[in-house]
Amino acid sequence: MLDTGHPTRLPAAPGVGFKPQHFAAITENPGAVRWIEIHAENYMGDGGRPLAQLRALAERFPVSVHGVGLSIGGEGPLDPDHLARLKHLVSWLDPASFSEHLAWSTHDSHFLNDLLPLPYTKDTLTRVAAHIDQVQDNVGRPMLLENPSSYLAFDDSTWSEPEFLAELSKRTDCGLLLDINNVFISATNLGFSPQGYIDAFPLDRVGEVHLGGHDEDHDDHGAPLLIDSHGRAVADPVWALLAYTLARSGPRPLLIEWDTDVPDWPVLEAEAARAAHALVPAG
Amino acid sequence: MSPDQTTFHAALLDPESAVPEGLSGPDNHPAGRRFDVYRNNVAVSLTEALHTAFPTIARLLGKQNMDGLARLYLRAHPPQTPLMMHYGGAFPDFLAGMPQLAHLGYLPDIARLDLAMRRAYHAADAAPADLSDIAPETLLQSALSLAPAMQLIRSAWPIHAIWRFNTEEGAPKPEPGPEDVVILRPAYDPLPQRLPPGGAAFLQALVDGATVAAAHETACTETPGFDPGPVLALLIRGAAITGLANQD
Repeated sequence: MLDTGHPTRLPAAPGVGFKPQHFAAITENPGAVRWIEIHAENYMGDGGRPLAQLRALAERFPVSVHGVGLSIGGEGPLDPDHLARLKHLVSWLDPASFSEHLAWSTHDSHFLNDLLPLPYTKDTLTRVAAHIDQVQDNVGRPMLLENPSSYLAFDDSTWSEPEFLAELSKRTDCGLLLDINNVFISATNLGFSPQGYIDAFPLDRVGEVHLGGHDEDHDDHGAPLLIDSHGRAVADPVWALLAYTLARSGPRPLLIEWDTDVPDWPVLEAEAARAAHALVPAG
Repeated sequence: MSPDQTTFHAALLDPESAVPEGLSGPDNHPAGRRFDVYRNNVAVSLTEALHTAFPTIARLLGKQNMDGLARLYLRAHPPQTPLMMHYGGAFPDFLAGMPQLAHLGYLPDIARLDLAMRRAYHAADAAPADLSDIAPETLLQSALSLAPAMQLIRSAWPIHAIWRFNTEEGAPKPEPGPEDVVILRPAYDPLPQRLPPGGAAFLQALVDGATVAAAHETACTETPGFDPGPVLALLIRGAAITGLANQD
C-alpha cells in the first residue's frame, strides 16, 4: 500500500460519516455513497447495537476508522490503553483505512474532547513523528494524518502547516488526510491563500479527502472567524477548493462529515452525490 | 514564547483566566476570543456528552439547569478517557453533593439508572441459554451465568415510576416509596423493569454466585414468602440467563 504514496484501500468515490439513525436508510439504498467512516471511539464498547451495526455495515461497505481521541500531538506519552483499543478495533474490523489528527486532546490524564492546536516547531515535529511511528508499529499498518482547522497561530511556529505535514509524512511514511473545509477555515481565519496551501501540500501522499460544513463568526477586530461545526452543508467556496485540489491530485476518496444537527438521510446522500459529481472532471 | 500544553489546558478549563500569550490571529493581533472557540468547543462537547449520558436527569431539570450543572461538573471532573460512552461515572455523587439539589433527593439514583442504562447498552453480547429441557430441581441447584447487560439498582425512591413518567406518554404519576430495578437487554434496547419486594436480594445473591435455591433462601430472610418464579420469568424473557453451573 505504501508504494502508491497514499495508504488506503478506500475507493476514489464518495463516503459519509456514519450516524446510527441512518442505518436502515443506508443499508436499504446507499445511493451515491460507496463507503463509510466511523469515529473509532464510538465502537470501543464491549457489544450491543453499535458493534452489531458496524459488523453489518462492514459486510457491505469499505470502512474507514477515524480516531478522534489518541492525542498524537500531546506533550505526554500516548495512552497505552487507548493504543491497545485501537489495535483491537483495527485487528477485528480490518478497515480500508485508519486515520487520526495532527492535534492534541489529552493532558495530565484529562481528555478534553476537542482537537487542540500545535506550534509547528522542530520539537513538535520530533515528538509527533515518534508518536506516529509508535501508532503504526502498534496498530500494524500505515495511518493517515489529518490537517486541523485553526482559529489562532502559535508565535513560535517556524514551519508552514503543509511543509510540516509533508515532513511528518516523509519521516514516518504515514499518508495524509486532507480536509478541504479545514484548509478553507484556517486560510480564512489566519489570512493565507487556500490555493497556496494546496499548491504546497504533498498531494501524492493524500489517501482521503474530507468535506464538511462550517459556521461564520468574527474575532475581536471584526475579522472573519469560521468555526468547524460539521453542522450544515458544505459551503460553495469549499466545493471550489475541492475542484482546485482534485484537478491537481486526481480522484480521491471523498468524505462528507456532518456531525451536529445531523440531517435526514436524503440530505446527506445529496451531498455525497454532489461529491460524486465533483470527482467526474478529475477522473 | 507560545504556551505549553499545561498552560493551554489550564486556560481552557478556566473561562475567567487570561488567554495565554504567544497565540495570535492575523496581523499579529493577540488571539483574544479566538481562544474562546477552543474553550467553547470543550465545554459544549462535554456538556452534550452529559446530556446524552443522563437523558432522564436532563428532562427532569430542563436544558438550562442541566447545562449549568454540566459546566460545573466538567471542570470538577474532566473525562479520564477518550471514550465518551464512559463519561459521567461520578455524576450521581456530584448531584448528591449539591446543596441546592438536596430537595430533589431522588436525583442521584435517577442518574445511577441513566448510567446503568448506558452500561447495559454497550455491554458485551451473550446468547441466552436454552432452558427448555432443564428440570426444575436442576435449576434450583444451579448457579446462573447472567448476561453482562443485566444491571441491578436498588433505591429508596420510586425510580422506575419517575423514569416512566419522564419517558412514556401518559405514564402514571410516581407515588412515594422504594423501588428496585433490573435492566435487561433482550436484543439491543435496554429496558428497566421494576422488581417485586425481595427480587433485588434474590438477583444480587445470584450475581454473587449463589444457586437459585440459596438465593431464594436469602431473599426470604429479607422478604418472607418471596416467590422467585416471576423474577426468573423476567430473566428468561429478558434473555438474561446465559448458562447454568450445576452445584452438585
